[in-house]
This record gives sequence, structure tokens and C-alpha cells, in this order.
Amino acid sequence: MGIYSQNFLLTSLRILAALPYLCRPVIKRDLNNILKQNRVMNNYELMVIFTPVLSDEEFKSEQKKIAGLVTANGGTVIAENPWGLKSLAFPIQKKTTGLYWVLEYTAQSDFNEKLKIQLLRDESVLRHLCTKLDKYAVEYNAKKRSGVTAPGTEKTVEA
Amino acid sequence: MARNEIKYLTAIKDDKRVKKFCRFKKYGIRYIDYKDVEFLKKFLNEQGKLLPRRLTGNSLKYQRKVSQAVKKARQMALLPYVTDLLK
Repeated sequence: MGIYSQNFLLTSLRILAALPYLCRPVIKRDLNNILKQNRVMNNYELMVIFTPVLSDEEFKSEQKKIAGLVTANGGTVIAENPWGLKSLAFPIQKKTTGLYWVLEYTAQSDFNEKLKIQLLRDESVLRHLCTKLDKYAVEYNAKKRSGVTAPGTEKTVEA
Repeated sequence: MARNEIKYLTAIKDDKRVKKFCRFKKYGIRYIDYKDVEFLKKFLNEQGKLLPRRLTGNSLKYQRKVSQAVKKARQMALLPYVTDLLK
């Protein structure tokens, strides 16, 4: 009995001592899984210039398509702001005007690559710009949205 | 000429220069929006080039942010790359 208990104690102690090493891969895997499940969402802002040839409905359907892409990939749309027709500061693809559209959204960090492919493939997109927003930018945008003046109403730039 | 008027060989600098300041630090502006063209124009000269820190008084941190914002605005054709008579 005495010997048995001593042996038992020893083995249990050994197991206890080895526990951190045994558990390490498990912990690592679990952590990775957790990270994968709720990966950090970042705030982004996308500005797209569409060709001025688009009709109102086409313009809207394009907006819907891109916003749908965001939501389909687990992101959320925070705000949309179609500026509408605006003269460009310099011609792009021999066009002097463009339809501006600004989208604020949250998404996972790997989403923007997919978005970029779609936007580059799209014939009606003249140019796009995706910016990551830091906390000050989010604050600024929220303030601007709640304010009276819409940013789309500002004067167009002289070419 | 009046007698009590004293003349100096070199003009005395009487006016103290107003010290420049970084407006972002002073007014607590933390984010510079590339979409706000009218604001960005304050940091450009007539050719649409960025004004140096020497003239604007921006701190390095915010000068960098201004330049980034201006470059984004240029990409999106909100500001011209080269021009005359911007203002």
C-alpha cells in the first residue's frame, strides 16, 4: 500500500509537471480556432469613381453590388454616401467627370484583396481607393455624419 | 528735423515675430480627411504643391498626415497633381 501510494504520487507528480508541455499544442490550436472564429474587424473606407456614362439605376445597382459584397463576406456597411457627378481634377480615361461614391464599412483584413479584384474587373469603375480608418477617423466620420453639412455638397475642383 | 529723434545705423527690430504653431496640435485635430479638399488647399501653393513645414508650422507628425491625405486626394482626382492658379 505504502509503496503503491508513493508510486502513484510520483507518477501523478510527473504528469502534473509535464502538463504544460502536453497541453501546449492543444492550447495553441484552440487559440488559433478562436482567432479564426472571431477575427478582428477593421474599419475601412472605400471611395469609388464610376464612369459618368452610368444611368441612375445602373449607378445604384453598382453600389448595391459592392455593398452586397461587403455583407456577403461577413462585413457590415456603416455608411454610404453617393456624391454623384463631380468634375475630376484631371481627366481619367479621357473622362472629365465621374460619379463618386463613398462607403464606410467594417470587414476582416483579408476581404480587401477580394474586393480589389472585383473592382479592377469592373468596367464601370474608373478608380477606387480603400483606406483603413483608425479610431480618430471613425470618430471624425461619425461626427460628420451626424452633423448638418454633407461632404458631397462641397465645391468641385477646378480642372 | 526734430532734435529728439535718434537715428541708428541699422534699423532696430521692434516687431516680435509671432511664433508659428501646429494647428493640429493646437486645435486638437486628430484625423485629416482626404475628402475635405478645401481644408487641404490650405497646405498647397498655387501650383498644387505641398507647402513646407517651414511655412505652415505643422509638426512633423501632422505634416506627414497632411501629405498622405493630399496624395490620396490626388489619386482620386479631387486635387490636381500639377496646375496653375489653384487658388
